[in-house]
Amino acid sequence: MKKTLLKFAKSIEPNKKESPFLHTLYDGFFTFLFSPNATTHSGVHIRDGVDLKRTMTMVVIALQLCYLYGTVNIGHQHFAALGQYPDFFDGLHLKVSFGLIQLLPIFAVTMLVGLGIEFYYASKKGHSIEEGFLVSGSLIPLIMPPDIPLWILGLSVAFAVWIGKEAFGGTGMNILNIALLARVFIFFAYPTDISGDEVWVAGLESVNSGSAVVYNWWHTGFFNGIFEGLGWATFQTGSAVVDGYTGATPLSLAYQGGWESVAAVYSDSQLLWGSIPGSIGETSKPLIIIGALLLLVSGIGSWRIMLSMIFGAGIMSLLLNAWGATPFMTVPWYYQFVMGSFLFAMVFMATDPVTASSTNRGKWIYGFFIGFIGIIIRVMNPAYPEGWMLAILFMNVFAPLIDYYVLEGNVSKRMTKPKTA
Amino acid sequence: MKTNISILIVLLSSFLVPIHSFAQNNNGGGNSSALVLAIVGLAVFIFLIWLADGLQSAKPKGLLANLLKPNAPKYTKGLPVVNLKQGHEIRLKGEAEKELLKESKIATYAIQPTNFIGLSPIPKMNVEVGEEVKAGDSLFFDKKQPNIQFCAPVSGEIIAINRGEKRAITEVVILADKEVQYRDLGKIDIESASREEVVTYMADHGLWPLIQERPFKIMPSLDTVPRDIFISTFDTAPLAPDLDFVVEGKGAAFQMGLDVLGKLTPGRVHLGLNANHKNAPSKVFTEATGVDKAYFKGVHPAGNVGVQIHHIAPIQSGEKVWTLGVQEVINIGQTFLNGQLDMSRLVAVTGSEVDDTGYISTYAGANIGDLVKGNLEDDHTVRLISGDVLSGIQKEESAFLNFQDDQLTVVKEGDYYEMFGWLVPDKARPTVSRSYLSYFTANKKKFVADTNNHGEERAFVVTGQYEHLLPMDIYPQHLLKSILTGDLERMEGLGINELVEEDIALCEFACTSKQPLQHILRSGLDMMREQL
Repeated sequence: MKKTLLKFAKSIEPNKKESPFLHTLYDGFFTFLFSPNATTHSGVHIRDGVDLKRTMTMVVIALQLCYLYGTVNIGHQHFAALGQYPDFFDGLHLKVSFGLIQLLPIFAVTMLVGLGIEFYYASKKGHSIEEGFLVSGSLIPLIMPPDIPLWILGLSVAFAVWIGKEAFGGTGMNILNIALLARVFIFFAYPTDISGDEVWVAGLESVNSGSAVVYNWWHTGFFNGIFEGLGWATFQTGSAVVDGYTGATPLSLAYQGGWESVAAVYSDSQLLWGSIPGSIGETSKPLIIIGALLLLVSGIGSWRIMLSMIFGAGIMSLLLNAWGATPFMTVPWYYQFVMGSFLFAMVFMATDPVTASSTNRGKWIYGFFIGFIGIIIRVMNPAYPEGWMLAILFMNVFAPLIDYYVLEGNVSKRMTKPKTA
Repeated sequence: MKTNISILIVLLSSFLVPIHSFAQNNNGGGNSSALVLAIVGLAVFIFLIWLADGLQSAKPKGLLANLLKPNAPKYTKGLPVVNLKQGHEIRLKGEAEKELLKESKIATYAIQPTNFIGLSPIPKMNVEVGEEVKAGDSLFFDKKQPNIQFCAPVSGEIIAINRGEKRAITEVVILADKEVQYRDLGKIDIESASREEVVTYMADHGLWPLIQERPFKIMPSLDTVPRDIFISTFDTAPLAPDLDFVVEGKGAAFQMGLDVLGKLTPGRVHLGLNANHKNAPSKVFTEATGVDKAYFKGVHPAGNVGVQIHHIAPIQSGEKVWTLGVQEVINIGQTFLNGQLDMSRLVAVTGSEVDDTGYISTYAGANIGDLVKGNLEDDHTVRLISGDVLSGIQKEESAFLNFQDDQLTVVKEGDYYEMFGWLVPDKARPTVSRSYLSYFTANKKKFVADTNNHGEERAFVVTGQYEHLLPMDIYPQHLLKSILTGDLERMEGLGINELVEEDIALCEFACTSKQPLQHILRSGLDMMREQL
């Protein structure tokens, strides 16, 4: 079977000179299917089994639970606004199908735009496709609001990949985290689409009580058709947002009224498990922790960055507690970890090896200041109560400087060591 | 360093400036116990960094160093024991059995000028094709250093002087006599001889090329006086020969070699000894006199002399040290004892594709085809490597072992496609990546490794990987990047002078991005050498 498949795959290989783009495309998929037969030629004669494809794929695998949960939660938030299926596992088929209708186009647009640019540059430079966008492209949908307009998404991905990565020389050369760059592009260029209370719940005209749902053919035609056939509950076009619903995220509640306001709307277990409005994939803490464990056990995520980020955030929260000038500052420090996207940013964003500090000592400093600054931005920035994106991008810029000083330490040790007789 | 970090802190705390606006509407809701907690947290964090860095560092200092003192085996008897945590043991099938393989007929030997880094490509020949030579007769010399002779390891007829690119001489091939005839070199009394006499004797009679100089791993010039001389008495590379076995019965020659070397340096001769096993290393090593001994405990590359130098007395800017292998020391000693050039080698024939692994008693530069004749498993395309799988050189069957090598490794060629090989490999392979289950069971089995690249070359992406594999206070990735950008000052600062290829070979093996680290390092070393 393998042999015939290999033969077939080899037989359709396009000519590299005549159609470089097609060949790059072919090469990308071929090396995905088959590890190439290249052997070592200089230097070591045997090589470790691990390569960048595997490393990157481990991160994508670690994200899968977030995808799964995110899909359901998009639907869950939608129906929570309508006052339907209050239990998380009620009406699961509706929630999943609603989630898929939102998520799949986001995923498709991200991949199409990102990989398109990646493939184009790979063919233009004549090298094989690098795996960097596997991870960036899987992260981007998870950090977007479920209601993000697709054209804005496409634009932001193009900006991130083009300006953020290819302009610097491709995978491994970028200074800023690609996924966060895509998000920050929207944050500054289209702020209303990524902040405020309106954007975190999909499929509604607005979050004001009484406003109607927005369904399209996929809901009312495709999925309702299937569900009717199966005799299951269907999407109701007449539904409307219930009274008293605000759609506010825990962070904006905390900003306005401290922990009491959060606790009035969301229970602790809701915050922990993540059935709250937010970006698509960042709400469920236990599932992120499972992903984190996978990265830590496989040695791909840096435990130094994760640990020091927890310390940085914890210490800053405590300092703010001690100060207590605004309601948000008085939120007990441990609650800062369950609100917002702290964990997701810590596990999947800060640990990106290309943009983080590359020395072990640097990683301590880097992670600590992400945590530290992230909480400052979250608590003190009146425009937008979340800080990780900006904190990480800021420290991305500082990472080379941190490394520089760490290396200087090593250099000066060597150049001034007293002579041993 | 400290001032720099404080600058960074000042910069970052400028973020706290917006705090003013909050200070004005302070409603006094503060919680002062939180402040205490914050300070405690910070202290815990700093303690954790100190602890983690101390545990992970290649050279722990102070209190931690005492706490971490390894459980030194009894036989170390108070000698210094260096505990190396970084590194990895690649367990391969095909280790050499500790026995001499039946008398193998090695017909030809060759001295290869290309084995010596920095030699002019076309050395001046003292012999012609067809000429008969005795062991110890000079074959050629380098025009830049005419006093250093390269001599025949065996007696016989010069049957070929092979040339490579640009007519550079690559091999001077000798068809060996059945019984080696030695040229009488005369003896000198090492007790009373001056350094100059010893140096001249060694240079005249082909012993000088046995010495390697660091930085750069080159043959030293005659007027160099090394700070120290280092000898590692164990080899941790995959399938490496067991030097305890190699020195059996050669104690006198080894000790004589050490005495000769003691003459050459005003500093010390250092022996690095193996503290990994239950039993003490060979008495030849432990009872050697006139040298400084230190034990090393750890997996590969703990046996690399470069690593040992780093922990005993690192090479400072401008300093030169010499290194020798155990067999080279024996060669020198034996020659001084007998007055005949001794270039004998016990070569380990290893690798998964060899039928009968073991040792062959021969001479430097033995023909590879002769070494493995009738001893290879069939049906495979195999790769013959002079040296080990990490830093050895690929050779044809008609070629010869390199001058310093005492190991021949034969592994499978890996010229195959593997479906989803990067995700679910067909069979377990050696790895330092914990993303493979075989990492966790690696202590129990031995792998059959092949030469497949297992992936394509990429830019550096993963960080912190090399530091785990190099037990030295060096940042390999940053050093390599400084080489790629040609930044000489930074290269030196980051410790290029302390490294040669074999030290970072393990990093290259593990490299996720499949970068040619040894090649990059050598190009950096060449750049540094040109500056001198």
